[in-house]
Amino acid sequence: MIAYILRRLLYAIPILIGVNVITFVLFFVVNTPDDMARMQLGQKRVGEQAIENWKREHGYDRPLLINAGAQGAATVTDTIFFQKSVKLFQFDFGQSDSGRDIGYDIGQRMWPSLAIAVPVLLVGLLINISVALLLVFFRATYIDVGGVVLCVVLMSVSGLFYIIGGQYLIGKLLRLVPISGYDTGLAAAKFLVLPVLIGVVSGIGASVRLYRTLFLEEVNKDYVRTARAKGLGEAAVMFQHVLRNALIPVLTGIVVVLPLLFMGSLLTESFFGIPGLGSYTIDAIDMQDFAIVRVMVFLGSVLYILGLVLTDISYTLVDPRVRLA
Amino acid sequence: MPVPVLLATDALFFTLFLLLLVFVAIARRREHLRAPWRAVARSRLAVAATVVLGSYGVIGLLDSLHFHPPLDVAAHRPGQSHSTEVLSLFDVLVGPLRTQKEKTYSAPLATHLYTKESVEGPEGVTRVHPRLRHGGAHLSDPERDWAGDVASRVGKGLALAALIWSVILGLAAWRRGRRTREPVPRAALGLLRGEGPQPSHILFLTLAAVLSIGCVTAWLAAGYHVLGTDKVGQDVLYQALKSIRTGLVIGTLTTLVMLPAAVLLGVMAGYFRGWVDDLIQYLYTTLSSIPGVLLIAAAILMMQVYVANHEEAFASITERADLRLLFLCVILGVTSWTSLCRLLRGEALKLRELDYVQAAQAFGVGHFTVLRRHVLPNVLHIVLITVVLDFSALVLAEAVLSYVNIGVDPTTESWGNMINGARLELAREPVVWWSLAAALGFMFLLVLAANLLADVVRDALDPRLRAAR
Repeated sequence: MIAYILRRLLYAIPILIGVNVITFVLFFVVNTPDDMARMQLGQKRVGEQAIENWKREHGYDRPLLINAGAQGAATVTDTIFFQKSVKLFQFDFGQSDSGRDIGYDIGQRMWPSLAIAVPVLLVGLLINISVALLLVFFRATYIDVGGVVLCVVLMSVSGLFYIIGGQYLIGKLLRLVPISGYDTGLAAAKFLVLPVLIGVVSGIGASVRLYRTLFLEEVNKDYVRTARAKGLGEAAVMFQHVLRNALIPVLTGIVVVLPLLFMGSLLTESFFGIPGLGSYTIDAIDMQDFAIVRVMVFLGSVLYILGLVLTDISYTLVDPRVRLA
Repeated sequence: MPVPVLLATDALFFTLFLLLLVFVAIARRREHLRAPWRAVARSRLAVAATVVLGSYGVIGLLDSLHFHPPLDVAAHRPGQSHSTEVLSLFDVLVGPLRTQKEKTYSAPLATHLYTKESVEGPEGVTRVHPRLRHGGAHLSDPERDWAGDVASRVGKGLALAALIWSVILGLAAWRRGRRTREPVPRAALGLLRGEGPQPSHILFLTLAAVLSIGCVTAWLAAGYHVLGTDKVGQDVLYQALKSIRTGLVIGTLTTLVMLPAAVLLGVMAGYFRGWVDDLIQYLYTTLSSIPGVLLIAAAILMMQVYVANHEEAFASITERADLRLLFLCVILGVTSWTSLCRLLRGEALKLRELDYVQAAQAFGVGHFTVLRRHVLPNVLHIVLITVVLDFSALVLAEAVLSYVNIGVDPTTESWGNMINGARLELAREPVVWWSLAAALGFMFLLVLAANLLADVVRDALDPRLRAAR
């Protein structure tokens, strides 16, 4: 088992290197640091000197890959690739283009993101599984058909509608909770209710339909027929046999997104003015802060790969049929 | 003379349309290709959804025929016979919608502005809602004439719709009558009752709905702003209709541009195994491990830097916006092709062990002939299912991306840009709702139709699911 986990982790290393190279190419080769400086300082009317100053301030004044002017190991280390890209592996994120420490900002902004993402995941999971189970219980009746149609309709509505509509209805018309904002500690709760509610509602359509399909596949299997044949009631069949087995794909499907919860949701956070990592990314895109976007791309990939490794491990834990190959 | 312009997305859009026609022509003559589509045509939901998608498609195609309009003779300058502006055939058809601008917000079908203005009258300065420049300008007394005029326009629209509908029904009945040797009225009745294998009654019911809405809107739009005007006085209906092309381009071209790479790599990985498989798997795992939104954000950001530094490379604003649209398609494709590639690899892994592939290899048939003749046709249904299933997700994604400013160019009409422009309008007192409602409504209808069709197509094409029934 430990050898398996180690091997999975080793597989992740070349992928991380690949991601790092892609971000390097995207951010430094497609457009040179000169282009970025010009973009930041305003087009055309920028002198060479101003560009040089900007590059020196932000550490972009080194050569890209090989520093011919330096001695020994410094020919490789005193370059943009080493200073900006390789250091990401040590989780040394450096400074943003506006001069703030990115690592510190991420550490601060992670918590509001989690405060929304975790409740959305847990509440959503509970509701989606219950509804899907209900539909499977009433399978091939009008309730089932109506439920599926409703799911398709819910899926077809833009996520923007849920947010705008929710803010308008609950925040403005009913005045139940503040429309947007955030607070520290327990006072944040009243700001979190609406984003969590909207997050759950906007996910219902697609998830319930997926879970219903998974459950239906399970319902038609032989062991379920056996369970019924030996006289178990429908409720017992559902909860003790179908649910337990169908939860395997559901849970392993969730493990992959667990690490990504840190990254927060771009839309929800920017709409509700929550100072999480999602709105951090949006702000960086709006201000064209390349350093932050680069770090977020790398961080997102690391978390996703972590999710993949965790998924593989969780498969072996919950399903004894999976061999460690 | 108008000078035709072929934008990059136009070319690809028409290529796709041609491919579709070629596929239909080929599939008509092969029973095994026809059978699943016959099942699709027998589904009531699919027929209704196809009619709706078809009407979107017609508008999208009309909006893709671009040209430089000729200049007025009065403004004629030597050596330049056409303006640099790029219009589409659709713009010409709905002419007044594009040009008739108001000052600012006006409600749907309104005759007066939504905001009050100070007007100097005989009794000094008063605050009133001024009359619109174009909406209902033909009415002498709006309070008295408005309801009657709207009703008469609705009536005329419905009459026109009924006329077109009857002509279509008549033609269809005549064709059916020739085949079944029935008199035309009897055949028409049969079509409306849905006798026969296809649900023709649903077809004509949906057609009636679409035609009525279309004709009534057209008739009303000649005199009013049917969905009101936005902040700068542009007609909301026109924006929503123009956005159709953007939505369709994103939904279809994204999959199309990455399709060759995804199919080739996926099939090769599964068929050849070994180091080819390892390499291709590494490639798509690496690309897919970057979260999609962030990759798009980074790429669009870099695109903006490139455009800002190379302004001279683009002939016109329209062309620049169009290239950005195409670039968005490509980058969306990069983030979404990996799942298709993985599916195809799995299927090819299975296929290479099957007897007929083994037999072909034993006969000494070359690898690429085996791939082309025996593997590719048998993974085609997966490709089709993916194309259809991805469509609605991509249309929704465009709105979200444009909202976050990493989507289409701000000058391109799209539902995302409409929502982005209207983001603060619900906070106004009184509320301005029509821009948001129009964008979300048009998007919802398209996505719903696509989702419904996708379900039916998947059920019809996936033999595994068919066996489970």
